[in-house]
Amino acid sequence: MADIPKAIRLRPRRTAALAPLLAAAALLAAACGGSGSSSSSSSSGAAPATSAAASGSAAEKPLAPATVTLWVGFTQRELKIIKGVVARFEQANPGVKVKTVGGISDDKIVAAIRGGNAPDIAQSFSTDNTGSFCASGAWTDLGPRMKADGLSADQFPPAVRSYIGFDGKQCAMPMLADVYGLYYNKKLFAKAGITQPPRTLSELTADAKKLTQRSADGTIKVAGFDPTWGFYENAIAHYAPLVGAKWTKPDGSSNLAGDPNWVKLLQWQKDLVDWYGYDKLVRFNAGAGDEFSASNAFETGKVAMTMDGEFRTAFLADEHPELKYGTAPMPVDDANPSLYGAGYVTGNIAGIPKGAKHPEQAWALLKYLATDPKAESVLSNELKNVPTTTASLKATELRPTPEFKPFLAIFAHPKTATNPINAGGAANQELFEQMLAKYQAGKVPDLHAALQKVDEQIDAQVENASGPQVP
Amino acid sequence: MSTVAPAARGTPTDVVARRARRAEARRRAAWRRRRLVALLMAPWIIGFSVFFVYPLLTSAYLSFNHYDLLSPPRWVGLKNYEFLFQKDALVWPAVRNTLWLICIAVPLQLMFAFGVAHMLTRARRGIGIWRTIFYLPALAPPVAATIGFVYLLNPATGPVNTLLSKLGIQGPLWFDSPAWSKPSLTLLGMWGIGNTMLIFLAALIDVPRHLHESAELDGAGWWSRLRWVTLPSISPVILFALVIGVIEALQYFDQAYVASNIAAGSAGQAADSAGRNLGAPQGSTLFYPVLLYQQGFRFFNMGYASAMAMLLFVVALAVTFVLIRNTARWVHHQGPGR
Repeated sequence: MADIPKAIRLRPRRTAALAPLLAAAALLAAACGGSGSSSSSSSSGAAPATSAAASGSAAEKPLAPATVTLWVGFTQRELKIIKGVVARFEQANPGVKVKTVGGISDDKIVAAIRGGNAPDIAQSFSTDNTGSFCASGAWTDLGPRMKADGLSADQFPPAVRSYIGFDGKQCAMPMLADVYGLYYNKKLFAKAGITQPPRTLSELTADAKKLTQRSADGTIKVAGFDPTWGFYENAIAHYAPLVGAKWTKPDGSSNLAGDPNWVKLLQWQKDLVDWYGYDKLVRFNAGAGDEFSASNAFETGKVAMTMDGEFRTAFLADEHPELKYGTAPMPVDDANPSLYGAGYVTGNIAGIPKGAKHPEQAWALLKYLATDPKAESVLSNELKNVPTTTASLKATELRPTPEFKPFLAIFAHPKTATNPINAGGAANQELFEQMLAKYQAGKVPDLHAALQKVDEQIDAQVENASGPQVP
Repeated sequence: MSTVAPAARGTPTDVVARRARRAEARRRAAWRRRRLVALLMAPWIIGFSVFFVYPLLTSAYLSFNHYDLLSPPRWVGLKNYEFLFQKDALVWPAVRNTLWLICIAVPLQLMFAFGVAHMLTRARRGIGIWRTIFYLPALAPPVAATIGFVYLLNPATGPVNTLLSKLGIQGPLWFDSPAWSKPSLTLLGMWGIGNTMLIFLAALIDVPRHLHESAELDGAGWWSRLRWVTLPSISPVILFALVIGVIEALQYFDQAYVASNIAAGSAGQAADSAGRNLGAPQGSTLFYPVLLYQQGFRFFNMGYASAMAMLLFVVALAVTFVLIRNTARWVHHQGPGR
């Protein structure tokens, strides 16, 4: 059957295609949930924290009976896993029922808040709208609640802290993270005589050239590394930490033309695109198979190395268990080897919308989902996403595979970064990417001037999104 | 001459009273008629007010506000319009792309629809089958049709390029090329011209046969008959199709949104990757409504999006007005005694 075209699919949050492998895992998660506090108490180390978080507030006073509405973006198998973890919360808090609704997008969240039908907890797959959720007060400030419960945002790594708040308000909690690294095909590496994954961008280029196979007419059969912006997970934001490129100046204005690291990154990418030939890459990409399917080009061996998130490990286990692959941090700027080990992180966020009917119970559930090491571990094990608290990384319940472990290390790296939150949402990335699409096609003769123009566009867009001031 | 005696007609007072009663009856009848008309029109009036007038007035009001859907609207005067005309660098590329549709895609589609309809008037056998075949694509939902076309025109695996390669021709990149993306969308539009074709067909069948016969007797060839008989006769229908085509081009969204996202593939946080590829490849399918959607529903700048919508409304109104004002030059209205 032909692939369902890319991006038409509703986002199944990475692993929706993994039903056969992980159906049993969902049952396991439900079983964990069913064990309730007795299960918690039998665990060592993390048990007390687990029990406290699952049973509500720090003061341990029982929660008043209520039905809490939890809106999440997860669907199908992943939704079952969420429900399994939530069931454990319900058991620890008799009288509190949770109605979990899946398949929610930011549009629906906004519409519900506007219509006065907001859920008690809303989860978003994207950090792009943290700015507007916080600035508008659509998601309530969780700072006072955290303070009252003695919780600190320091339990999250700095990059995570940066995307759960805006403008002095912390209006979201992280709920699992996505971390990006390098996937490489061990068989193709051995065939090309490469013994270890590249650590610098120039090594990546050299290895990509060694691994690339072409047909007689020059078309690409196997791409060592496909550098096209827009291909699979090749978003500019994912690459910025590899050269330490900064999105903004201290005053918050856009910094693309001001930071030479951007130029370095873009020129590296363009050189590799030119080596392949832009048109040849476009043709190759068109036939590369859908990213979230078993015909993904890395999974089928048509791409030897690729940047991808930790969630790909679950796809590979389900769709191509025969593939011998390894994972590692992405190669970094040759001139700045100390960046090696870091990467890009982003994640799900969840908050309590304005108008939530049961904010106390909602806060208890949110705290449990976001900070309870056991809940985080179960979610991580089953969803194959990275847990977001530093304590969860050491939880005994966490069972990372060898391929998953590097992502935990990247997550914990001090130089791991994300893109800054602003009132303009994803406008900065999208405007930048529109220019990059032209640049890689060879239609931007003066890169510096083009970056300056994008800076102006971003600043104007952010100012407009913030609401222009009138005298 | 009247045979009724003056007494039978009644006194002047009676006459006045009768006239008054008749007038009253007429007034009541008129009121009943008006009430009936109002009742019959009520569904339309309610629908028009709720779904057109109210949103239009709200959009007009919001266009002078900063409104992010979540906070209450805040009055900013003409700032949104200033941003639209002076600062948003994507507006003019979007306008250019939309103009391309109006100037190239719409005429091509009209010509193709006319050509097909003209051929169908000449078919002697299987007329019903041919009409059905050419009309069927119009029934395909735009999204499904676009997905089908992107699949057919996939540069690497699509059947069209595969066939071309067997003939020794390297096919174009279609939806993946900024030079070919709009022509590909035009092809998609031409494939689905069933409705326009049907209107043209009805108009062509309605052209009086005696005009053709007279012209033929005068020695007119097929081109002269087409130029001087057929086209003038169906010019009101051409005008209608043109106005509708231009308005649809101004509102062109579904196909561009779907095609750009499929062809570009996904990158970024895939939860919202569909929005990231708007206008791909290289901004060539960033039409004005696509940009409007991006501002309103991706960036939540609903005040600014409302300003964009107001401009679109004014432009659509102006274009329609200009087209209709100039119809006297080329639209031939047939009189009742034809």
